[in-house]
Amino acid sequence: MAAEDQSQTSQSDLPYVLILKPPPSFVLFGDHFFHSPNFQYLKAYESPLPLPHFLHTHAQSVQALLSSGGAPVTADTIRLLPRLGLVVTTSQGLNHIDLSECRRRGIAVAGAGTIFSADCADSAVGLLIDVLRKISAANRYVKQGLWSSQGIYPLGYKLGGKHVGIVGLGSIGTEVAKRLEPFGCSISYNSRSKKPLVPYTFYPNVVELAANCDALIICCALTDETHHLISKEALLALGKDGVIINIARGPIIDEKELVHCLVKGEIRGAGLDVFEHEPDVPVELFALDNVVMSPHNAVFTRESFDDLCKLVVGNLEAFFSNEPLLTPVALDDLPHFSGRKD
Amino acid sequence: MESIGVLMACPMNSYLEQQLEKRFKLYRFWTVPDKSSFLASHKDSIQAVVGNAGAGADAELIEALPKLEIVASFSVGLDKIDLAKCKEKGIRVTNTPDVLTEDVADLAIGLMLAVLRKLCESDRYVRSGKWKRGDYVLTTKFTGKKVGIIGLGRIGMAIAKRAEAFSCPISYYSRTEKPEIKYKYYPSVVELAAHCDILVVACPLTKETHHIINREVIDAMGPKGVLINIGRGPHVDEPELVSALVERRLGGAGLDVFENEPYVPEELFGLDNVVLLPHVGSGTVETRQAMADLVIGNLEAHFQKKPLLTPVV
Repeated sequence: MAAEDQSQTSQSDLPYVLILKPPPSFVLFGDHFFHSPNFQYLKAYESPLPLPHFLHTHAQSVQALLSSGGAPVTADTIRLLPRLGLVVTTSQGLNHIDLSECRRRGIAVAGAGTIFSADCADSAVGLLIDVLRKISAANRYVKQGLWSSQGIYPLGYKLGGKHVGIVGLGSIGTEVAKRLEPFGCSISYNSRSKKPLVPYTFYPNVVELAANCDALIICCALTDETHHLISKEALLALGKDGVIINIARGPIIDEKELVHCLVKGEIRGAGLDVFEHEPDVPVELFALDNVVMSPHNAVFTRESFDDLCKLVVGNLEAFFSNEPLLTPVALDDLPHFSGRKD
Repeated sequence: MESIGVLMACPMNSYLEQQLEKRFKLYRFWTVPDKSSFLASHKDSIQAVVGNAGAGADAELIEALPKLEIVASFSVGLDKIDLAKCKEKGIRVTNTPDVLTEDVADLAIGLMLAVLRKLCESDRYVRSGKWKRGDYVLTTKFTGKKVGIIGLGRIGMAIAKRAEAFSCPISYYSRTEKPEIKYKYYPSVVELAAHCDILVVACPLTKETHHIINREVIDAMGPKGVLINIGRGPHVDEPELVSALVERRLGGAGLDVFENEPYVPEELFGLDNVVLLPHVGSGTVETRQAMADLVIGNLEAHFQKKPLLTPVV
């Protein structure tokens, strides 16, 4: 670190950013990437004090909070922080933050904006091609030496010409659609409301969407309305030739039903980056070649990580210098988020 | 047409076998214990050969079949057929272009995503139960990466079109520059390799393109470069590629084809930046059926003295 000069604020004058639990990126890659000379982190998780006591002790000093899915920002937490003016999250999802309470209190929220949209979309497309063309399964086959001993690998399924249904046509859903068009896929979607300027077919509910497509890609936020949105009915409507890809949140799909459908062959396959009870994954899936899984890492690329560091620091620095946030979350027109842990 | 003898070079597709059996007298070459005596005793009955990427009609086979009129390949690649000999003897040759273009291009993109984003490794990680320990590794973003394509034919163009949707800048090498194409042209493979992040082999295998990926090209790609091969195994100097990957002089590879299929260098099995597929470029239920129908259609057209559907020679 550079030597301090006289004009630099001394450490004790720097405003505090509270962290209840370290975000995955802190734990996995190091919090020094998120360092700024303009603020300091107050790490509740490093204190021996029980959390409510810790919050009570520091309540007056905390104007900003850095959060991620593992530490929900509930109304209770917010009430213990009377000077809180900003919540910054390192995640794409906002379901772990009580946004209505933030709106009520006039607390600003800074999200990930669109920095993760490309990587999430790339994951979705990668998983879809993998499931249809059996890339992970065939790679396993070759690396076990089975090609030379057991011969020709079973055929996969063509992506071109397939009807793809996107659940949630936000920033990520739009990037997915854009990528799949030159593959010859026809795109349809379900969203909270129909989007007027979009060339894709709108279906008013997810079951109808599922019935009319060969692949469903989940790109929506987890809210009270979207919990278990993909129900047994939707999965059966998707059908035996249908594939489901989830790069959003595990609880959007009824996981027990999904496992049942996969085991029984009621759907063709699944590509899953997220699960209802991470890091626990239903063991029945481990025996299935038509399922491709990843450990909730759709946004963990070097490039997105760099972008995230810059964004988190940028938002916090903007807040503390009274400048507009880089990626403010609009708190009007909110779906129901009840601060559920993701 | 039931008396017309058709020799199928190797197992390739059971639907195709069924359809051939319905219309012709089908001989399955791989079931014959003594190939040369079979050819000697059947040389006057075989009028057609059906081959694929693995086996076709070389000069020796063509010479052994004096009544051979047509070679129909269950592939778009023609490297297993002695085209000059066919031309010389007036033997027609057909392949299966267009119907497999999309599948091969889809697989190329699938391999790029699988290698850069470590999809196969992620799947393995979850299946092993290691996720509870929470070790993650940062992977490489695919969007925006520079994609260099060797061979801008049907398949090369289809790959370009798909990669563009991921905002990938496209450049290419071809025997000649294509002025109507907006992508950046490089006059040599080495230069192309030096200027892209992901290099894809999408050209036909000929004498000129044999080992088109050699040590010099691999060096130009560098330790972050990723090679995708959906062409033919012999496009790549395989031992050079293997040592580059093992020694980490090359960033990664997605390979659907190998010099000596189905044998794949075992040194590659343990590498997490390498994805290996058993030559499945056109391997979908839909496309293999379309390819089979094209083979049948070409054979029927020939023997009914109608124009061939997809003639090469």
